[in-house]
Amino acid sequence: MSDHELRVSKIRDGTVIDHVEGGQALNVLAILGIDGSEGHGVSVGMNVPSDRLGRKDIVKVEERELSQSEVDVLSLIAPEATINIVRDFEVVEKNRVTRPDSVTGVLSCPNRNCITNADEPVDTRFDVVADGVRCDYCSTILRADIAEHIDV
Amino acid sequence: MRQDHLITATQLSRDDIEAVLDRAREVADDPAAYADRHAGRVLALCFFEPSTRTRMSFDSAAKRLGIDTVDMGDVDSSSVSKGESLSDTVRVIEGYADALVLRHPSEGAATLAAENVSVPVVNAGDGAGQHPSQTLLDLHTIRENHGLDDLTVGIMGDLKYGRTVHSLAAALTEFDVNQHFISPESLRIPRSVRFDLHETGAQIREHEELEPVLDELDVLYVTRIQKERFPDENEYHRVAGEYRIDAETLEAAADDLTVMHPLPRVDEIAPDVDETDHATYFEQAHNGIPVRMALLDTLLENAEADEGTEVDR
Repeated sequence: MSDHELRVSKIRDGTVIDHVEGGQALNVLAILGIDGSEGHGVSVGMNVPSDRLGRKDIVKVEERELSQSEVDVLSLIAPEATINIVRDFEVVEKNRVTRPDSVTGVLSCPNRNCITNADEPVDTRFDVVADGVRCDYCSTILRADIAEHIDV
Repeated sequence: MRQDHLITATQLSRDDIEAVLDRAREVADDPAAYADRHAGRVLALCFFEPSTRTRMSFDSAAKRLGIDTVDMGDVDSSSVSKGESLSDTVRVIEGYADALVLRHPSEGAATLAAENVSVPVVNAGDGAGQHPSQTLLDLHTIRENHGLDDLTVGIMGDLKYGRTVHSLAAALTEFDVNQHFISPESLRIPRSVRFDLHETGAQIREHEELEPVLDELDVLYVTRIQKERFPDENEYHRVAGEYRIDAETLEAAADDLTVMHPLPRVDEIAPDVDETDHATYFEQAHNGIPVRMALLDTLLENAEADEGTEVDR
């Protein structure tokens, strides 16, 4: 049994999000809107050793299979993440996250003067551009600091 | 131009721009042919930020097309001061008018407004974002003086917060224009504008002084360094007074240099420039009428076509 399996046990059915950049697991849960209130079992491993990333986070959500569109938004903060769909302890599907064309309602605009920060009844919407995301309303570009602007 | 709204200059193709400017020229040549063209229509002027000339320019342009205007008035005396959202305000006003002209202090306000209404929205300035109708009249002025290709244009002043600059720079990429940006380091064009310029492969160069590039320019577009855009008054005072031109400065320029300014100016263009052949800023302001007439005519025509109704000529 490998080191990280000792820390976070196997699940019977659900989704395992692996190879998340160290320190981003809680942001992953925030983006997915998972806070435990749904009653699913949720396990989080943070800063576990990884051959590929050095240190990585792992998120396991029981009894819930995440769709590709749900997880694609994770590519913004965890571009190396792999998504494993588990049924009866077996990985039946293994996918990488792919960058979506746009992201709605997940990030807040860093421009304080953007109309989306003015108490309007509107979801933020960002286009995904080459090396970041761009606000559809005020055109502000957000690059390395995306995780600081998660607002869900 | 097949557009429902005018929100940013980046949405405009060369063909869109030329279609509006061609129509503006027709309007200027024969304004009587356009009088009463849209009689019975109503334009709402929604200015959430102080404006004199843009508001009057749209008001006048509308009336010359036979359009009545309704004016929201000052924000202090409107329901906005009671805390109503912009989304709600424009939804209500949509019922009063066939098109909206919107100025608002927040970037992206016109985009949000356009998402909430089905009548045409014209962005008349959204914070430090865009001011595309100003750009159309700027381009009209440049075209009437030089044409719009094989040009070298210098844009000077507050390039960071200047929405007229953001729109103009984007629109110029549709033409064969070399752009020089002249500003203090703290007021360089913002990342989002630079991103769009690079995406188009535009020829741009940035400078902190006018003098080295002045003699290359066909057009010098001067903007006011705006106090109200500075979070910090010290920063404003530090750069205010720089980037001022006078008649003597322009002795080194080409004889046919066109000096433009979106107005109002404070002291960045000395009054003695007014007496030179370079001064084009009052002509530029006057061009707001035929250009905004052409723009409103186009947008209302597009809206009517969308409704499937014939325009009565």
